[in-house]
Amino acid sequence: MSAADLVVAALLLVGVTLSLLAAVGLNRFTNVYSRMHAATKPATLGVVLVAAAASTRMADPDDTVKLLVVIVLQLITAPVGAHLVGRAAYRGGTPLGPLTLDELAEAEHRRDG
Amino acid sequence: MTAVTTVCLAVLVVAGLLCLVRLARPGSLADRIVALDTLLVVTVTGIAVAAVRSGSGAFLDALLVTSLLGFVGTTTVARFMERRGP
Repeated sequence: MSAADLVVAALLLVGVTLSLLAAVGLNRFTNVYSRMHAATKPATLGVVLVAAAASTRMADPDDTVKLLVVIVLQLITAPVGAHLVGRAAYRGGTPLGPLTLDELAEAEHRRDG
Repeated sequence: MTAVTTVCLAVLVVAGLLCLVRLARPGSLADRIVALDTLLVVTVTGIAVAAVRSGSGAFLDALLVTSLLGFVGTTTVARFMERRGP
């Protein structure tokens, strides 16, 4: 294995491990918000690491560009999607768990007048 | 590199199964959305690992479409849930 192969292998293993940790976190955490905290990390970092590893292995430059497009789109869309799910869960009245201070409630109250 | 990608794919299978376990356990609608979203992320990661394994870019279009479909799906269900409640 060359040095480049080692870097690619390391990127793949770290990215895949992030996915596994998210899946474990989904089952171990106790409420929706903490589960989202675990689940949204591989959506950006995990996919970016694995796609970056794959982009160095492609023979055709077009494929490298496609993977870079995936990275950019994922970096834009994943936080937006997570934000929307979190907001929908909050406004839908999902219990906040062990939180004692809810500053968002004041802001929502001000917004509604 | 084949050995590394085999390990990666095995880990991803375990991650996908854990997402399915979360999906099957009782929970709110938001829980299921998060579990399905994570399952799609695992799928996207798996397609990328498979691309490394085969060295060909044949499935990269599927990768692009799956990641965008995940965003559109999550957004749509989140909007739906905001109107309907959990």
